Amino acid sequence: MLDLLIQIISIISFVGGVFFILTGSLGLIRLPDVFSRIHAAGMIDTAGVSFIILGMILQSGFSLITAKLMFIGIFIFFTSPITSHITANLARKKGVDPVGKTKGKTL
Amino acid sequence: MINSKSIALFLFLFGFWLLMSGHYTVLITSLGVVSCLLCVYLTIKGNFLDNETIPIYFFPRLIQYTIWLIKEIFISNITTAKVILSKSEEPELFSVKASQKTNEGKVTYANSITLTPGTVTTQIKDNVFEVHALTKEFGDDVRGSEMDRMVTWLEKGK
Repeated sequence: MLDLLIQIISIISFVGGVFFILTGSLGLIRLPDVFSRIHAAGMIDTAGVSFIILGMILQSGFSLITAKLMFIGIFIFFTSPITSHITANLARKKGVDPVGKTKGKTL
Repeated sequence: MINSKSIALFLFLFGFWLLMSGHYTVLITSLGVVSCLLCVYLTIKGNFLDNETIPIYFFPRLIQYTIWLIKEIFISNITTAKVILSKSEEPELFSVKASQKTNEGKVTYANSITLTPGTVTTQIKDNVFEVHALTKEFGDDVRGSEMDRMVTWLEKGK
């Protein structure tokens, strides 16, 4: 009974992860410029990855692999904002003008 | 040389070593202790061991901040998915002031903004952050500076 419950929760979490990754990929194609597309990529990095890892943790059972999977998630959470920031920063420095309005004084 | 920072670094390294190893015989574990000690020694020798490497004063409030951040990330993920599926994006670029005193606090704030989907820090100069937001609501969230207050609270430690 408990096994079935864990299976169901893990399947729900895989489906959630697939939904967020699919929506993020759609956003990568649909959104207008590089700055907006970073938001879609950020969605894959946070919600997509964490739901998939949650599903894997439930599938693997409680062992050393659980902790390793959690560390994979933590490392992605630490590194993904850095790559996002570098991409956005370089685009600004190379003079890519963002679509949409600019409010007040920017750097 | 032996202070709270080096002990914290050693505990982190050794905990991570135990996690990656999976073999717990006396010989292999003692080799792990020696290699972790060597790493801590090299860090001290190279003058890397400062508040930026191990911000120990963050730790007392870190768990509560992480829970709050995960909640925020989850909410803005759903909002971003809605925006992408309904094609209702109206991007905007603006500047906000950060109230953190230290570099570690500013890095934490900038990374937290970027980690939340819908907002990205594009440039940083002193304590002014330039932020790109996917919609006006995301921009209002950052301008409302709830996250700024949370990071300043985290930075103060206990």
